[in-house]
Amino acid sequence: MDDLPLTIADRVFSSRLIIGTGKYSSPAVMVQAHEASGAEMVTVAVRRVNLTDRSRESMLDVIDTDKYSILPNTAGCYTADEATRTARLARDVGLSNWVKLEVIGDERTLFPDNQALLQATQVLVKEGFVVLPYTSDDPVICRKLEDAGAAAVMPLGAPIGSGLGIQNANNLRIIKEFAKVPVIVDAGVGTASDATTAMELGADGVLMNSAIAGAREPVAMATAMRLAVEAGRLAHTAGRIPRRMYATASSPVVGVVGH
Amino acid sequence: MQILLNGDIHRLPEPLAVSVLLDRLDIDGRRVAVEHNRVVLKRVHHDSTVVNEGDEIEIVNFVGGG
Repeated sequence: MDDLPLTIADRVFSSRLIIGTGKYSSPAVMVQAHEASGAEMVTVAVRRVNLTDRSRESMLDVIDTDKYSILPNTAGCYTADEATRTARLARDVGLSNWVKLEVIGDERTLFPDNQALLQATQVLVKEGFVVLPYTSDDPVICRKLEDAGAAAVMPLGAPIGSGLGIQNANNLRIIKEFAKVPVIVDAGVGTASDATTAMELGADGVLMNSAIAGAREPVAMATAMRLAVEAGRLAHTAGRIPRRMYATASSPVVGVVGH
Repeated sequence: MQILLNGDIHRLPEPLAVSVLLDRLDIDGRRVAVEHNRVVLKRVHHDSTVVNEGDEIEIVNFVGGG
């Protein structure tokens, strides 16, 4: 069945899965998981170089940048100023003017501060960044971010790292209905069916880290996620049957023996 | 003289170019980004920019994240 590929800004992706580089047990496991996932874009965090322990390598020593696009994030930033500074530094590493923009508003839930996020989006769009903001599953803030020039909107499925799965399916459906930019469900995926659900709701892609990196077998889970995203997308484009409250027979109702 | 390097006080014998500071710290300038007094310092300016007493330097790279 024909389906247009995921396109964000001017870039076309053959995979609708974007994955992280955090929390893997080893760089080798991460590289294998990335391979198995089929993802073409991976997220990284921006942190101060550790000046005392030089054994902590840069992700760029591990990731094949010919194969994967790098999407730096502003994780850990609590103000628009911190996030924009971090984005500028990330751009200056020299691989990308794309940023997964996070401005966190609460330490326990890691829910976004949408007001600061919107401010930071406006600033960075003016500076020529391709901004992919991580936001609440709220159609109104998603629309504001889009109006501010975000290249995609990335509503959460559930809190970061929670693995709770899609908490507000109807909001995600509405966000997709409103949006003219791609909708990437970011955070909250726990297992393959969560990714499938997001795609069935119409999401253009899914971004995850913990669900793969934290699985007992990350490489197998990465494969499961690749299939789950593909299955969900196919089911979405194929068009599900309407929900009915009672049975509708699949077999002919006439010609039953003995009737 | 002292500077603030990645949030910590760091002592240097004399003012020096950012590229020299990176060399002394054994950091590959092509893998990092540098902020000088809160302004991103483009790589082409690493040689010509001098770190002076009281300057704030941030050196960052990419690490694992989601």
